[in-house]
Amino acid sequence: MPRRSRRAVLGSLGGLAAGAAALSLGAPALLAQAPPRVAVVGGGFAGAACAREMKRRDPSLSVMLVEPNARYTACPFSNAVVAGLRELSAQEFGYEGLEKAGITLVRQAALAVEAEARRVRLADGTALGYDRLVLAPGVDMRFDAIPGYDEDAAEAMPHAWKAGAQTLLLRRQLEAMEDGGVVVLSAPANPFRCPPGPYERASLIAHYLKTRKPRSKLILLDAKDAFSKQRLFEAAWAELYPGMIEWVSLSFGGRVTEADPSTRTLVTEFGSHKAQVVNLIPPQRAGRIAEAAGVADRTGWCPIDPVTFESTLVPGVHVIGDAAIAGAMPKSAFAAHAQAKACAGAVLALLGGRPLAEPRLINTCYSLVAPDYGISIAGVYRPSGGLLADIEGAGGTSPRDAPPAFRAREAAYAEAWFRTITGDVFG
Amino acid sequence: MTGGPTPLRLALALLGLFPAAAMAADLPSSDPPPGASACSGCHAPAASDGGMAPLDGRPAEDIVASMRGFRSGTLEATVMDRIAKGFTDEETRAIADWYAARGGRDAAAKP
Repeated sequence: MPRRSRRAVLGSLGGLAAGAAALSLGAPALLAQAPPRVAVVGGGFAGAACAREMKRRDPSLSVMLVEPNARYTACPFSNAVVAGLRELSAQEFGYEGLEKAGITLVRQAALAVEAEARRVRLADGTALGYDRLVLAPGVDMRFDAIPGYDEDAAEAMPHAWKAGAQTLLLRRQLEAMEDGGVVVLSAPANPFRCPPGPYERASLIAHYLKTRKPRSKLILLDAKDAFSKQRLFEAAWAELYPGMIEWVSLSFGGRVTEADPSTRTLVTEFGSHKAQVVNLIPPQRAGRIAEAAGVADRTGWCPIDPVTFESTLVPGVHVIGDAAIAGAMPKSAFAAHAQAKACAGAVLALLGGRPLAEPRLINTCYSLVAPDYGISIAGVYRPSGGLLADIEGAGGTSPRDAPPAFRAREAAYAEAWFRTITGDVFG
Repeated sequence: MTGGPTPLRLALALLGLFPAAAMAADLPSSDPPPGASACSGCHAPAASDGGMAPLDGRPAEDIVASMRGFRSGTLEATVMDRIAKGFTDEETRAIADWYAARGGRDAAAKP
């Protein structure tokens, strides 16, 4: 299957692709002893894990990580920062561990990809040559999707969907709100980063309100009629935060059609909502370099081969993490990390001319409904029909009728997972 | 395709013959069988406070038996029951052999 689809791509691009292939075959001969070079763009869970895994498995490989920021701010658990349960510093990770592992850090933004010449154009005007390229650009907010909601508007109505300054802005707004105030949270249609994230956020904001501002409430405007772990979230809301969270589904006017940052008002198909705090999570697309590289399709996301994670649009370029169209796999840090390792194995096999193994991938997403109340959704995946598909009979959510001790264990496991995965990637 | 560590790599690992330069950084290891690398999202190479049990160096029989227990429900789990059902006995065996052969080498390198 993967070989057939690659041939199809090569065939459709005809002479151009053949020329590029010939060039890339010539390059190693000219450089004689030089090890293969892999460039990875993006130092999040996907990119950093992929770079790390390739270097771990083949120390002779030249691995370059292109990332303009000196530190990475992780999204998982950033909802706890919003709710005042955790400090942002607990979310920040440096790249020293990767440098110690022998990875070359290129502190530049990638602006374009010249796939035929196998070069990445960098912000300082230089270019980085590669034998294989891995793009892990994460997501960009679509500031063209909701009239009135642009980058400036996000300073008044934060999205807080990339952890960092936006996370703290939303937290400060909640802290400044008077008791009795209304918080409006708007969740986008699928697909978007972290499907259970808006509902975890609603839960933890409700926890903050219950503790500090008990006369307040939260309205969750949703551009969907169903969401991840819905039954578990709704049961927990009824139990822990009765009357505090009002979920407005698509069918009941949950889709935001316009935003007015000057009055903190969101307009929906059914009316308008003015609030003291507005957290608008807009639709998203793959990070900008994906479009510049030609690996994003009309949806704004990147179609890939499910065995190699190689773009079906541009040969020699792999896409992993939130930016990729990964079938049944959600856009989560766990999934990004699992894809990164599978992609690393495929890149090494392709560079070494070895056979490709069909991967098995796992995802586990924990959500906190309260500090001691965790729920999870899991899945196991394999390539099928050109996509990554659920393995039937596996996966699913936490049981609906579990005792408090079970929820507490899942909350503890969530923290343990975060420590382990960040240690594996950045430690 | 689902084979465990390559015999050469494994032999070198057991004899401690990996190059010193590699020892200083992350240790190389043989190609993991399908699914094995996904375990590392939760299972670190070494034990830690409140963390999941390490798989590196754990006897293969032990891992296989646990996965069977999670699948059948005889072993209590929060999430491993849902994950174990995604792997056949054969796939589990390959993963277990690979982790058993790692023998905690990474654990020693990363205290």
